[in-house]
Amino acid sequence: MSDAIIQFEKVVKTFGAQTVLAGVDLAIPAGKTTVIAGGSGQGKSVTLKLILGLLRPDSGAILKEGQDITRMGRKELNRVRTDFGVLFQGAALLDSLTVFDNVALPLVERTKLGREEIRQKVVTTLGQLGLEGSEEKFPAQLSGGMKKRVGLARALQLQPKIMLFDEPTTGLDPEKSMEIYQLFHRTQRQYGYTSIIVSHDIPKIFNLADQVVILNHGRVVTFASPEDIPRSEDPEIKTFVKKTMGDVYLSKEMEHMP
Amino acid sequence: MLFSLIERLGDVTLYTISDMGRMGRYLLLSLFGALKRPFRFNETVRQIRLIGANSFVVIFFTAAFTGMVLGLQGYYTLRKFGAEGVLGSAVALSLIRELGPVLTALMVTGRAGSAMCAEIGIMRNSEQIDALECMAIDPFRYLITPKVLATLIAVPLLTLIFNVVGIYGGYVAGVKLLGSNPGAYFVSMQHSVINKDINLGIIKSFVFALLIVWICTGRGYFVHQIRNAGFGAEGVSRVTTQAVVMSSIAILVWDYLLTAMLL
Repeated sequence: MSDAIIQFEKVVKTFGAQTVLAGVDLAIPAGKTTVIAGGSGQGKSVTLKLILGLLRPDSGAILKEGQDITRMGRKELNRVRTDFGVLFQGAALLDSLTVFDNVALPLVERTKLGREEIRQKVVTTLGQLGLEGSEEKFPAQLSGGMKKRVGLARALQLQPKIMLFDEPTTGLDPEKSMEIYQLFHRTQRQYGYTSIIVSHDIPKIFNLADQVVILNHGRVVTFASPEDIPRSEDPEIKTFVKKTMGDVYLSKEMEHMP
Repeated sequence: MLFSLIERLGDVTLYTISDMGRMGRYLLLSLFGALKRPFRFNETVRQIRLIGANSFVVIFFTAAFTGMVLGLQGYYTLRKFGAEGVLGSAVALSLIRELGPVLTALMVTGRAGSAMCAEIGIMRNSEQIDALECMAIDPFRYLITPKVLATLIAVPLLTLIFNVVGIYGGYVAGVKLLGSNPGAYFVSMQHSVINKDINLGIIKSFVFALLIVWICTGRGYFVHQIRNAGFGAEGVSRVTTQAVVMSSIAILVWDYLLTAMLL
């Protein structure tokens, strides 16, 4: 696929005796939203870490815009990483820094912008994400949803081409989850990034998805759109759908029946 | 039975070798971090305050009472040989060559080493270190190197403070309380303490400083890869204990080795 911004080619990753990915092929289209779903322990987070180069596969290649990141040195990898923005599961804010300093961190460390420019950029982003007034707070003083928003603000500072979200709504109530999803939708339109979301918030997360990837026992099945999932003939996918989505999708499946 | 024994032996050997390799590479990267720009001057100063200045009270009391005990013990022992006159040199030499560097290093391990280990361990567990890497910020330059430099600066200075306070502690016990000759206390010191003694003490304190910061931050940094450490808060607490024990033992072992080499 030529428009794939990230491509896995026969990627194998094992931890001791456990095979997490067994020869996975995967293409993530540019500018779209891909949701990676699967039960826990099926290698969702490992897949994210492989994309970021935090882990290296046992064999196979991971191409980012045609360049194999598994063969890169530290320096090159650092250059590539500036195209990525990551929102970690627990937001991973530096807890000894204030909200302002957290969001300013990538600008302070990675750019040559002056103090005033940085301040303006940070304040603008915080405003966009509804975080005005919490600049001087510390991460420990924020709610789960606010932490995620600060994490998103920090990730957006360097205008990433690709945003990765690791379980973005874990630990949030349904209302807050909805808010976060709307926020993703809005910021993606604004910044135009490719979005990769790892989640088990099924089926709600599928509302955001252009493409869905299901990880199951070290293999992946890719669906061009979420609507295709219930129509799959694969018995494993069928059980997965039944287990995770229950009636919502089964009833839709009924509608398609003659 | 035999096979599983051999298997375990191989397993432990492989783990130990990979752990040593990991820690060796860690030490190099944290030292090279000092050459990378931008240099975190303010953070280094802040760490010097945390590791050095904030340890002052602990070091002061440890030194004062160590010196006083040396004064007491030294006075009673030396009096048996009628040699109370050399009390000053006995106290000063024990402190400068041996007790100053070792006790300072042990106190810093307990106070600052454990704190550094827990801090880095928690940052690792809550993905803060991964986050830095994802922002293409070198975690060594950003996090570890300031601590390494600060420890290398603070520990030798604390050692010197320890020596001075300890010598006056000995003076209080030996001269003021027990009535040894005050002039002899300082004159005997001037005659017996030579530059080589002071250099030995300073070399020791630099080596100990490196051991403390290497082991304590390194254990925290690899908290997720250390075998049998467990996960989450328990992992951090076990690794912190392990770091304090390991660096204390390393300090005592290296104390012997350095004394044997440089004597």
